Amino acid sequence: MNEVVEKVAPLAEPAGKGMAQGTDKAVVKKEPTILVCDGNEAAAWGIVLSRPDMVAVYPITPQSSLAEYVAQFVADGVLDAELVEAEGEHSVLSVLHGAALAGARTYTASCGQGLAFMFEPYFRTPNLRLPIVMSIVNRDGITPQCVWGGQQDAMTVREVGWVQLFCETVQEVLDTIVMAYRIAEDRSVMLPVNVNHDGNYLSNGIVRIELPDQAEVDDFLGTPDVNWHAALDPDRPMGVDPLTGGATGPGPALFVGYRRGHCEGMQNALRVIVEVHEEWARRFGRRYAPLVEEYRLDGAEYALVTIGSMAGAAKDAVDAARERGDRVGLIRIKTLRPFPVDAMVAALDKLRAVGVVDRAVSYGWNSGPVHQETLAALQYCSKRIPCLSLIGGLAGADLTQAHFERAIAATARLLDSPCPRAPVWLNAEDR
Amino acid sequence: MFEVRLHGRGGQGTVLAAGILAKALVAEGKHVVAVPQFGFERRGAPVAAYLRASETPMRAMTNIYAPDCVVCIDSSLPRVVDIFAGLRAGGMLVQASRLAPQDIAVPATVATVAVCDAVGIAREVFGRPITNTVMLGAFARATGLVSLEALERALEETSFRDGGLAQNRRALALGHARTVVHRIGQREAA
Repeated sequence: MNEVVEKVAPLAEPAGKGMAQGTDKAVVKKEPTILVCDGNEAAAWGIVLSRPDMVAVYPITPQSSLAEYVAQFVADGVLDAELVEAEGEHSVLSVLHGAALAGARTYTASCGQGLAFMFEPYFRTPNLRLPIVMSIVNRDGITPQCVWGGQQDAMTVREVGWVQLFCETVQEVLDTIVMAYRIAEDRSVMLPVNVNHDGNYLSNGIVRIELPDQAEVDDFLGTPDVNWHAALDPDRPMGVDPLTGGATGPGPALFVGYRRGHCEGMQNALRVIVEVHEEWARRFGRRYAPLVEEYRLDGAEYALVTIGSMAGAAKDAVDAARERGDRVGLIRIKTLRPFPVDAMVAALDKLRAVGVVDRAVSYGWNSGPVHQETLAALQYCSKRIPCLSLIGGLAGADLTQAHFERAIAATARLLDSPCPRAPVWLNAEDR
Repeated sequence: MFEVRLHGRGGQGTVLAAGILAKALVAEGKHVVAVPQFGFERRGAPVAAYLRASETPMRAMTNIYAPDCVVCIDSSLPRVVDIFAGLRAGGMLVQASRLAPQDIAVPATVATVAVCDAVGIAREVFGRPITNTVMLGAFARATGLVSLEALERALEETSFRDGGLAQNRRALALGHARTVVHRIGQREAA
């Protein structure tokens, strides 16, 4: 079905499926274990493979079955981790702060209102430079009442300083969770990582996936390296999270040093995310665009920008449009934070127009958050490129090939007509 | 590509049935995407699950709007839900019912009606009207899309809240054995 070579930017090296290459030691591949499962179970298997010391969770739709799978794996002895069923999300993340400071590899998952209730420790986590991995099983915001998928939760917290990765497929959910620990614990990064997978379509969508071998994952992840920089350790007492002095005491420089260091860690993450995805491809044979995926941009005049699970149907729509002779391609953002400016600019510069499909709303700009991110990146392009906002998939709404065919048609109009300021609401007529 | 929409009520195991069917189809070399319809999980409320099977890989994680086959595991549901919505011409209905297939009212898009007294079998096997695995047997019989052996192996990989593996195996076998398939033939052009 898909004979198109998916270009991975900025890397071009072919995947060494079956054998490790380069500096990694050669390994003989075992037959992979096949699972038929949904994204929440795949995430839980990713956690089994990553061997965290402590997991703390509080259930919330559509994350609940993920929490239940992890709890079951702990109960069955499949996962040798301490499970903390806290009384709420604020406690969940606070517990993990302590665990990470004591040297534990840690995991949690939440979404939507749970993430909202978690916000106070969530806000502190990256500033403490704790390499916690957390799934956000993306859920739309309330009110009105809604327990369904949407990316409003993750988009709302995108300026808090976590690394944020967005998955397209169930297999990518599992693989990215394992990779997230390598990214988070890299000494040049030392930041928490959100692995986002769309509530409903990925959390509950069932497909065939491959479960990597535990020994190979152990080799890939290495020993947890969590608290070399800040520790709760009676043998080496230290002040963690010091009170800075404002304009007095040590002066603003201390605080600025923390902020600048955090920003540098985020920029380092761009390199590390690429390296880790590259090593994953070499070792496990599955290659994902680490930052920005370019799909059929060769010869494209215009493209859709997508994020998350919507990309599958969008690629089908792009293929159908290409068969009709429409010169359209697709960009999928995998890494939203830190924003991959160079990779995005390289992709955008090949185009004359783009339409950005968001699964969330930017109230302040009457458009979508990823649309705003794209507008910012366009500043660095060599020419002016019109950029349309399209919003769809809110509160579990389906984004089908038909929706993306309309998105492609609306984007094509930018080639010879002014770009509308208002967004296109893709599900506005769906009953 | 073959698209199936399963209808049932909360508590009957409709979504679980789609997952079991997905496992069986994958074991037989098919590519599968199974997505449940998203609603509040309440006992008795109408629920649906979508399953798409193909010889080639699929990327779209979407719902199904024009199924080739509708499986309805609850006999009273057609009075509440339009289970035939979007069914393709020449389509199939696999219905839990005590009626004969000829006595079930179907629109012109339906070319095949398969009927199984799933509630009767479930009461016999489980003592309760949990019809999901019974109707998987009926589906296998009606469509020939999946083997009974593959479904049995998929049951072995499934943890059941209601009933054990042996009971579900028996439910599957009885559903397969006691399904009546009636071919009306295509009445409406595609």
